[in-house]
Amino acid sequence: MSEFATPSNRNRKSKDLIRVNDLVKYFPVRAGVLKRTVAWVQAVDGVSFTIKEGETLGLVGESGCGKSTVGLTILRLLDATSGTVEFDGQDVFSLNKKALKTMRRNMQIVFQDPFASLNPRKPINDAIIAGLNIHQIGSPKERADLVIQLLRKVGLEDYHANRYPHEFSGGQRQRIGIARALALQPKFIVCDEPVSALDVSIQSQVLNLLCDLQDDFGLTYLFIAHNLSVVEHLSDRVAVMYLGKIVELAPKVELFRNPLHPYTKALISAIPLPKPKAKKEQIILQGEVPSPLNPPSGCRFHPRCPIAIDACPLSEPEFREHNPDHWVACFNTEPIQVS
Amino acid sequence: MAIRDKESDHPERLSVINPTQSLLKISDLKTYFFTEDGIVKAVDGVSFQIRPGEVMGIVGESGSGKSVTALSIMRLIGVPGRIVSGKITFENRSILKLSDPEMRSIRGNQISMIFQQPQSSLNPVYTVGDQLSEAFLIHTDLSKKDAWKRTVELLRNVGIPDPEKKAHAYPHEMSGGQAQRVMIAMALALKPKILIADEPTTALDVTIQAQILRLVLDLRDQLGTAIMLITHDLGIIAETADWVAVMYAGQIVEQASVTDLFERPWHPYTQGLINSIPVLGEEKKRLDVIPGSVPNMILIPSGCRFSPRCRARSEYGLSICLEKEPGIQTFQNGHSIRCWLYQNQEGHSAPLSISANLQNQG
Repeated sequence: MSEFATPSNRNRKSKDLIRVNDLVKYFPVRAGVLKRTVAWVQAVDGVSFTIKEGETLGLVGESGCGKSTVGLTILRLLDATSGTVEFDGQDVFSLNKKALKTMRRNMQIVFQDPFASLNPRKPINDAIIAGLNIHQIGSPKERADLVIQLLRKVGLEDYHANRYPHEFSGGQRQRIGIARALALQPKFIVCDEPVSALDVSIQSQVLNLLCDLQDDFGLTYLFIAHNLSVVEHLSDRVAVMYLGKIVELAPKVELFRNPLHPYTKALISAIPLPKPKAKKEQIILQGEVPSPLNPPSGCRFHPRCPIAIDACPLSEPEFREHNPDHWVACFNTEPIQVS
Repeated sequence: MAIRDKESDHPERLSVINPTQSLLKISDLKTYFFTEDGIVKAVDGVSFQIRPGEVMGIVGESGSGKSVTALSIMRLIGVPGRIVSGKITFENRSILKLSDPEMRSIRGNQISMIFQQPQSSLNPVYTVGDQLSEAFLIHTDLSKKDAWKRTVELLRNVGIPDPEKKAHAYPHEMSGGQAQRVMIAMALALKPKILIADEPTTALDVTIQAQILRLVLDLRDQLGTAIMLITHDLGIIAETADWVAVMYAGQIVEQASVTDLFERPWHPYTQGLINSIPVLGEEKKRLDVIPGSVPNMILIPSGCRFSPRCRARSEYGLSICLEKEPGIQTFQNGHSIRCWLYQNQEGHSAPLSISANLQNQG
């Protein structure tokens, strides 16, 4: 199962850094005096993928589809309900506290909201240096030097170290968040909607920075976002999530040119392009995303699917390799090839 | 209407719009906020017009003055803000000179507005139906029963499933998309001549965004309502607007028809914006970047407000940009810009010319 959705002919380093196998995360819904669990929110329900060393995997989907939960669960910031995650061959979920701490040096996260993810009462020097202190890396002097180096690396100035978060703009705060993630020289960074809160002209600055850092440090990214254009720009491969499941996974060019799943097609067609004369066929999906408390039977997309067949509500389609490297979970992919 | 064919759609619609006829005309609008830290010139000399049935797009980054422009038109600017000068003419009436009761008869009736956060624009303690029928009870002579009937009908028109039942629902019982549909129903209840939509889909998912934009355009086609669409998303502008104004730091820096703006952007800021966004299906090695960030509106740069971030300025070594604010210059098809690159002035000859530009691009 771990060979899932792995590009076979990639010319970069071919080692799998992250292997996620059948990851499940349910959140209990408690009610009543005894706080008994009355239902489960099926946030992530059987997700498998791998990320190669130095690769960027994009994870795209609408709000509530479980994409952020995948990121948090991989880092063990949330405990998974079932499934396994391997980092560099090691099972992340079976690590004890001490081993986990060591492991965490290699895995970092950049959050969406740069305003909420920094402590307003501490200068940003403290935010960046915290990880170094915890892991007792270098002497205090070396740590301070490293902070300066990191600030320069992400396009800030030395004197910024002693300033407080409110003194920075949104784009600058996101740079601080990135500097903090880089401090421990991780191999793997989960970027959870890192540019969604930023203005258009600042977005491109941060996206370019992420690209540069990947080249400089050989980083591996899991890039989570709802904006397909941004994901496509940055990623090598893209996984599309819908209601807790990956419905399609392919190299980005393939996914864009030849989307197989009707949800991917609708998603691509719904994105407004900055070209007034572009001819395009818009598929407007009816209805809204159902609640993950009580997802539809069979294929979870079938109530909104424009090409649903009789089999769709009855059983769940298998996530299979339709073309080489192109994985899809849909019964009805054959007759509607898009040129 | 499943497929919208842009190529044939646009020129046709533009020719229907009479360029000389204007429904709403704004000239040299200035709205300032008088804060403890200083005067924030949120809108500083904005002029544009909206023609009947037109979709006028306003695009810009946060703090560029898009929303303040809209609120000024609705006369909803509160303390410490004030409309300092300028003229807003709606159907030959000067909005800024109307009495409060006169303004109330226009607001919601002739010009209505929808906001970014639909959930927070609805009153949580009244049902959706109550809030909607209120518009009829205030502005028309309908009885309560008839007003309710119209309300249910409206909800059906904006695509709310099971409208009889949903009219009794409270805002928290609706999803974001549904709440925005209710807002649109409310805004269009009295068939206004202008709908101001301030980032109507920013809080929504892409597939829901497509539904809402389609709904707004369909209603425009049915009712002939002109739309002022405020957004930061160039994609939405390209797909829905007829005419576009680009705002930067409280001013309109470029204004043109949607085709002209995207095919021949002249202002360095517009060019930067268009080149800095990743486009689906176009492989770009690196994104173009506009260096720096939006200026603090209390300490507005002298000269051209974009000059500290402008690459073209340093490329051509222009010093006038830092000293003197460029005026608005209008070229063919009403395409206008505020930029020294194309403008002559005593002691300054423009390094670029629009006519040469046009020839180059064929």
